[in-house]
Amino acid sequence: MIDYNKALSDKVKKMKPSGIRKFFDIAATKKDVISLGVGEPDFSTPWAIRKSAINTLERKKIIYGANKGIEILRDAICTYINKKYGVQYNSEDEVIVTVGGSEAIDLSIRALIDPGDEVLVVEPSFVCYSPLVELVGGVAVPVPTRIENNFKLTPEDLEGKITDKTKLLILPFPNNPTGAVMTKEDLEKIADVIRDTNIIVLSDEIYSELTYGRKHYSIIQIDGMRERTIYVNGFSKAYAMTGWRLGYLTAPKEIVSQLVKIHQYGIMCSPFISQNAAVEALNSCENEVKKMVSEYDTRRRFLVKELNRIGLECFSPEGAFYVFPCIKSTGLSSEEFCERLLDEENVACVPGNAFGECGEGFIRISYAYSLKHLTEAVSRMENFVNKIKAEQK
Amino acid sequence: MNKIIDLLKQNARFSNAQIADMLGMSESEVSAQIKELEDKGIIKGYSVILNEEIYDNSQVTATIELKVTPQRDCGFDVIAKTIMMYDEVESVSLMSGAYDLAIEVTGKNLKDVALFVSEKLSTIEGVLSTATHFILKKYKEKGIFIEGEDVDERGFVCP
Repeated sequence: MIDYNKALSDKVKKMKPSGIRKFFDIAATKKDVISLGVGEPDFSTPWAIRKSAINTLERKKIIYGANKGIEILRDAICTYINKKYGVQYNSEDEVIVTVGGSEAIDLSIRALIDPGDEVLVVEPSFVCYSPLVELVGGVAVPVPTRIENNFKLTPEDLEGKITDKTKLLILPFPNNPTGAVMTKEDLEKIADVIRDTNIIVLSDEIYSELTYGRKHYSIIQIDGMRERTIYVNGFSKAYAMTGWRLGYLTAPKEIVSQLVKIHQYGIMCSPFISQNAAVEALNSCENEVKKMVSEYDTRRRFLVKELNRIGLECFSPEGAFYVFPCIKSTGLSSEEFCERLLDEENVACVPGNAFGECGEGFIRISYAYSLKHLTEAVSRMENFVNKIKAEQK
Repeated sequence: MNKIIDLLKQNARFSNAQIADMLGMSESEVSAQIKELEDKGIIKGYSVILNEEIYDNSQVTATIELKVTPQRDCGFDVIAKTIMMYDEVESVSLMSGAYDLAIEVTGKNLKDVALFVSEKLSTIEGVLSTATHFILKKYKEKGIFIEGEDVDERGFVCP
């Protein structure tokens, strides 16, 4: 008999499965569950993009293409970044088209981190950073953000976290799960801390198109930051293209030339059909994005008001498509709250601690759902909160 | 598009307070704007969308294509206004293309509608021809799924 325990890598065995998997398994066995747990848009990919993919299928040979991505897409990405931020990247050697933003994150961590190196991971945040850091033998150092600061990263949060071994700061804004954004002023303060160090910033800006009432500002716009930043973005959230698996990163060529080696051996190249379709997304879908943003905004306002009304204190997020209400008033932990809410009212949410310890006391609610769906969910949550409050008395 | 109208088209039963929350306005602003839309005649009314497969009100509905002779000075208006006065007529629209007016008629049964067409519609002066199409089933109306749901294929939970 083969001993699988011996066959598998210790580092991999030590990786924790994603904290939200458990809820998925429970929810999948129940009927009549309404979910608020999904991190992907409910909209369809705009027709122009789908049509472009159909054209590719009809007319083109579906080939590998260049490792770093097809030229027209790399050009379109650089034009887009220049238009949005006024920052130039050379499409020849400063861009890689990746399999989702996720691959861009993985590549960056693998290319920068040696065993023992420290990575500052701003939390609460998307679940992938720390496991990927630990897989390459790095040390993930959580940098908690706080509700008092609307979950923005402040220079004080970084204090004492930076050591001789710090190689990388992962900066995930607009933030999943909190919906927090960083303004120009907020970012300048962080840049002041980082600028004279040898630390690279991995800026995961996958939600950059989804901001409300304020245009997204990127850290690459700040003096001296382009040279020390790996900018990560993608098509999943802005263009409702999750299943197309397409993202990208831009960085100085000294970094890109190293990252592209890993991409070349590990992935070869990103999917050709998706890449062709993504050109259409960047060139002609601004209005579709605006429409989606306007719809998300309506839902966001509705949820913030309703959650506060039913007694779950909720700060007003300015980005992504999540709200992150505090559930401490119920006396339950995040996990207890979510488990009981699923069990008793058939509503699935994600406990805040799945996104880092400092997310304890909060839950993540996605508003990538119709208003009808959200209205029903809020009414079930109101029942639940009232019941908990009656129990407390 | 007016955002209030956009929301009312999704669900005319949203309360003013809900709309105010969604759009970041005050309730009184919303109520004033809706009143203005109604006063100006932009909002003409509110109705209900039924699944008549389940709510069986023993009615049949037909779409009727009409070819008519336009009249001097007033085109199709007079004849359209004559037709819309009948209680049986749910809607009247002027069309481009192969025929002139599309009207929707409801009746208790097939015979009822057929009689209405032959005795009332066809005899109106200026009506040249009619073609009656009975509606068998509605799948979607005013953006709302009547048959089946827009199935959410996404998982329950994902990061």
